[in-house]
Amino acid sequence: MALASVLRAELAEFSPNFPKNFPKNFPKNFPEDFPDDSEGIPEILRDPPGPPRVLAAPPWGFEAEPEGPGLQILHGTTTLAFKTPHGVTVAVDSRATAGSYIASQSVRKVLPISGRMLGTMAGGAADCAFWQRLVARQCRVQELRNKEPVSVAAASKLLANLVYQYKGLGLSLGTMLCGWDKRGPGLYYVDSEGQRVAGAAFAVGSGSSYAYGVLDRGLAAAARSEEAACELARRAIAQAAHRDAYSGGCVRVMHVGPDGWREVSHHDIAELQDKYLE
Amino acid sequence: MEYLIGIQGPDYVLVAADTVAATSIIQMKHDHDKMFKMSEKILLLCVGEPGDTVQFAEYIQKNVQLYKMRNGYELSPTAAANFTRRNLADYLRSRTPYHVNLLLAGYDDHEGPALYYMDYLAALAKTPFAAHGYGAFLTLSILDRYYKPGITREEAVDLLKQCLEELKKRFILNLTSFNARFIDKEGIHEVDNIPLAKVES
Repeated sequence: MALASVLRAELAEFSPNFPKNFPKNFPKNFPEDFPDDSEGIPEILRDPPGPPRVLAAPPWGFEAEPEGPGLQILHGTTTLAFKTPHGVTVAVDSRATAGSYIASQSVRKVLPISGRMLGTMAGGAADCAFWQRLVARQCRVQELRNKEPVSVAAASKLLANLVYQYKGLGLSLGTMLCGWDKRGPGLYYVDSEGQRVAGAAFAVGSGSSYAYGVLDRGLAAAARSEEAACELARRAIAQAAHRDAYSGGCVRVMHVGPDGWREVSHHDIAELQDKYLE
Repeated sequence: MEYLIGIQGPDYVLVAADTVAATSIIQMKHDHDKMFKMSEKILLLCVGEPGDTVQFAEYIQKNVQLYKMRNGYELSPTAAANFTRRNLADYLRSRTPYHVNLLLAGYDDHEGPALYYMDYLAALAKTPFAAHGYGAFLTLSILDRYYKPGITREEAVDLLKQCLEELKKRFILNLTSFNARFIDKEGIHEVDNIPLAKVES
């Protein structure tokens, strides 16, 4: 009940029918009277004549990623999280790239949702930051109304339903919600395709496949203690950063336990790699 | 990539789905349940585009439950299948069609067991057996060859195992785990002895 009222009341301004970046002079009878403004363009570079062909179904899969203007996107990233009996261990790198240019080596890719929940950032930085902050606000409202901390399942479902309304319109988001609620440690992967899955371990980003390799092999041993889990997480990110050009900077390890989340450590990847790969 | 199969017998329906949730080359989850319980005796198996599957299946699920609350009795499998198909068809030529392929399996106390095949173009067919996915190319002929209308439960589970063995042998993707359920007049029951079902995390 309360959840439904949170969604209905607060989201009128975010109605999906008019996303904010919709062009103002969009013709009413698209595609019939699409303005033809290719006078100044050489013939060879023009679009083929006629209105733009509109597909019966919006493109999905690979075609759904539009080549937008130079956004600072964070597909180039490695983030991972896994559950242990002590809680959820989260590790992220901190590199942001725009094409082959390294825009920053010190991006914070972990966003706090509540005192007991963290969200990771992969994909579009603005998309992740904005939507997770919105979900954080809704979680706080729900906590105040219900006098009970919001569960990871509920927060991830809120986020998944929000981004599903913008599916196909160019959002880019691959996030893991990691938290501790009354059912124990909770870990959900949510992305802008609309996928939402619960699991014991996830890695997201361009370096995720490299991280999975190290993570999966060491997961059994990591359950022994919190230090072992954090060391595994650190190692997996460092190894992924070694192989993936778009990951690097420093690795930040966080832990979410029954008392809330805390930052465990923060190491420069270059120094870690010197230590591991000697 | 994903695989669904259903076999209807004289007084039951056997349905099975793979349990892999994947994104490009990575298997994110190996124990993902693709069956949605519409009511005590109706299951909807749903595969297709991530996001659309869960959203569409939950939408149909909530509407079936709402019908029961409003009217005091449940939708029959036939009615639920036609309702689902109607929704697929209505959204097909909208800005947001649902790219999902479905099998709806149910047991009606008057009509008996029923298996309905639906695809993303809103086709609907009531069939004795059906499959979705690339795996269907390999297994439909097995179902054609060995299915008979009075097939018993043991024979149906054997036929299902034959199909899964064929996938293991010839399908290029390694679908390691499946879950299967029976629907009959007592409700929905898990099937435990499907091969390849036990995968340690």
